[in-house]
Amino acid sequence: MFLDFFTKLKDSKIPVSLNEFLIFLDALKIDYVQFDVDKFYYLARTCLVKDERLIDNFDLVFSKYFESIEKIELDDILKSLEIPKNWVNKLIDKYFTEEEKEKIKSLGGFEKLIETLKKRLKEQKKRHQGGNKWIGTSGTSSFGAYGYNPEGIRIGQDRSIHRKAIKVWDKRSFKDFDDTINLDNRGFQVALKKLRQWARTGINEELDIDGTVKDTAKNGYLNIKTQKERENSIKILLFLDVGGSMDDHIKKIERLFSAAKNVFKNLTYFYFHNCLYEYVWKRNSRRWQERFSTNEIFRTYSKEYKCIFVGDASMSPYEIIMPGGGNEHFNEDPGKVWLERAINHWPSNIWINPVAEQNWNFTHSIGLIKEIFNNRMVPLSAHGIDEGTKILTKTGVN
Amino acid sequence: MEFSGTKDYISTLDLTVAVNASIALEKPLLVKGEPGTGKTELARQIAKSLNLEIIEWSIKSTTKAQQGLYEYDAVSRLRDSQLGDERIKDIGNYIKRGKIWDSFNSKKKSVLLIDEIDKADIEFPNDLLQELDKMEFYVYETGQVIKAKNRPIVIITSNNEKELPEAFLRRCFFHYIQFPDIDTLKKIVKVHFPDIKKNLLESALKKFFQIRDVPGLKKKPSTSEALDWIKLLLVEDLDASDLKLNSENILPKLYGALIKNEQDIQLFDQIAFMSRSDI
Repeated sequence: MFLDFFTKLKDSKIPVSLNEFLIFLDALKIDYVQFDVDKFYYLARTCLVKDERLIDNFDLVFSKYFESIEKIELDDILKSLEIPKNWVNKLIDKYFTEEEKEKIKSLGGFEKLIETLKKRLKEQKKRHQGGNKWIGTSGTSSFGAYGYNPEGIRIGQDRSIHRKAIKVWDKRSFKDFDDTINLDNRGFQVALKKLRQWARTGINEELDIDGTVKDTAKNGYLNIKTQKERENSIKILLFLDVGGSMDDHIKKIERLFSAAKNVFKNLTYFYFHNCLYEYVWKRNSRRWQERFSTNEIFRTYSKEYKCIFVGDASMSPYEIIMPGGGNEHFNEDPGKVWLERAINHWPSNIWINPVAEQNWNFTHSIGLIKEIFNNRMVPLSAHGIDEGTKILTKTGVN
Repeated sequence: MEFSGTKDYISTLDLTVAVNASIALEKPLLVKGEPGTGKTELARQIAKSLNLEIIEWSIKSTTKAQQGLYEYDAVSRLRDSQLGDERIKDIGNYIKRGKIWDSFNSKKKSVLLIDEIDKADIEFPNDLLQELDKMEFYVYETGQVIKAKNRPIVIITSNNEKELPEAFLRRCFFHYIQFPDIDTLKKIVKVHFPDIKKNLLESALKKFFQIRDVPGLKKKPSTSEALDWIKLLLVEDLDASDLKLNSENILPKLYGALIKNEQDIQLFDQIAFMSRSDI
């Protein structure tokens, strides 16, 4: 059942597992959700979509799939009208009130009603609306949709016009979620977590087994020793390139940044433009008012900081190698000198580049920076970050 | 057993379906949504309406999955052993039960709320997969297997601070509480303040949605803020006419309950400045 639907969901990149689909089929058996299309839709949604950003996509698939089901051919109706009589009678007993049964009788019973319907369906071949005999919409005949005959049979009516105008899934109310909060940074976080440097900090609350054994053996009575808990004490200094060609990569950088903020307690960041020069800044909106001298940063942040540059390294080569090459101000020392100062000051360093690795060869300046960093340049992907953390763990003073 | 909202809590149809499906199939329900849309309250209201006990486990950044199951206090056992305390003979005396154990052990079915699961370490949900799936776990110290007598209704909330692992998501039902539309919000306000005047309600909510629609807000006011604000309006005994705005004040009275971010207030100042300079 609904296997098509399942494969369609898969096709449109919604990660549904077979297990979830089986749970969904299982859930269909709950009495509460039966015979109600809205509930059916919500049930499918709660079982199969696990991320609000995918709901809009799901709505589209749902709408497309069930639209095709609603278009039932005339012949199918005729065929489905070959219903066993006993079954119909049972249904009548079950679903109709006494009053309604009287009404059915007024038309000569349910079977008569079905008979007449069949006859009229055969007589009528074209679309019909209004009037009081033919099957169509908006009329007072016993047959058709959207009408007002209490004795009528409803055909091909997908919704009650008096209740609501559009289906819930066609509203697409989750459209905005598609990529506004795109913080799919789990991969980044897992990769960054590998970067750690254990140190014991805080209060003594962990049992020190070695110390306890040693002390107990020495004293002859049990003496419990505790020690400080191990914590990741790694310190990160992040330099982020902003503006210009970096605008294309802003989403990715945001993901990296929010992942890093979640993982590291000791994280300091500064912004720069294209290449490192005399000044960096902390708030982009106030970059001209609140500047920090790069020399001061060298003095403030000691050698044990791991230094990460993030930038596309795509600029004119002059901005790196020539004094005065900076495109926003006149710099006395070339960018290369500043970068080398940073590398010498923080021996553990990498450059993370959001440009895809296969395109690095097309930009001259990427090669230059890569050379300055002695090949310690990695692409901005979960895999690249993984590489980067390996470099940072191996290098530096401990 | 069926949940359909309570007199204090308006449940929309989508939420009701999700809750009932997770109750019927005994799967955890993961609830996400903007802050202040009643995620935590949902679990409490389910417990209330079905007349069940609620067990709340609030997650912090230092919470470990094991703490939800049990903790073995080895240190105090060692200490006691020096004093010759009788209690040390039974290791069970030093096992502290966690919230999950409590909910597995309760005589009646219970509601287990795991609040703000995204606050914990990124691997935290993975450590609970088996426990929530099979509703059983193993106590190494005593060799017991703890199996749920009555499978609890598990409600898990998340504020989207961290992505949750796929394997975890596959085992849950999911619901995103959307911000209520104006009609639902009206119902919600009426539940909390049944005596509110109709025109005050109308104009207050209209203002409220206008503020929410301002693009670029850092923190959009949510249901709980709307309720706080309306409460203040009622305490101050203001009228619908008091909420009228002009170019000097583009924010309604007592807006402090709605906008709590300095940058957002500055944003409105800028808009006010721009609208004045237009004239």
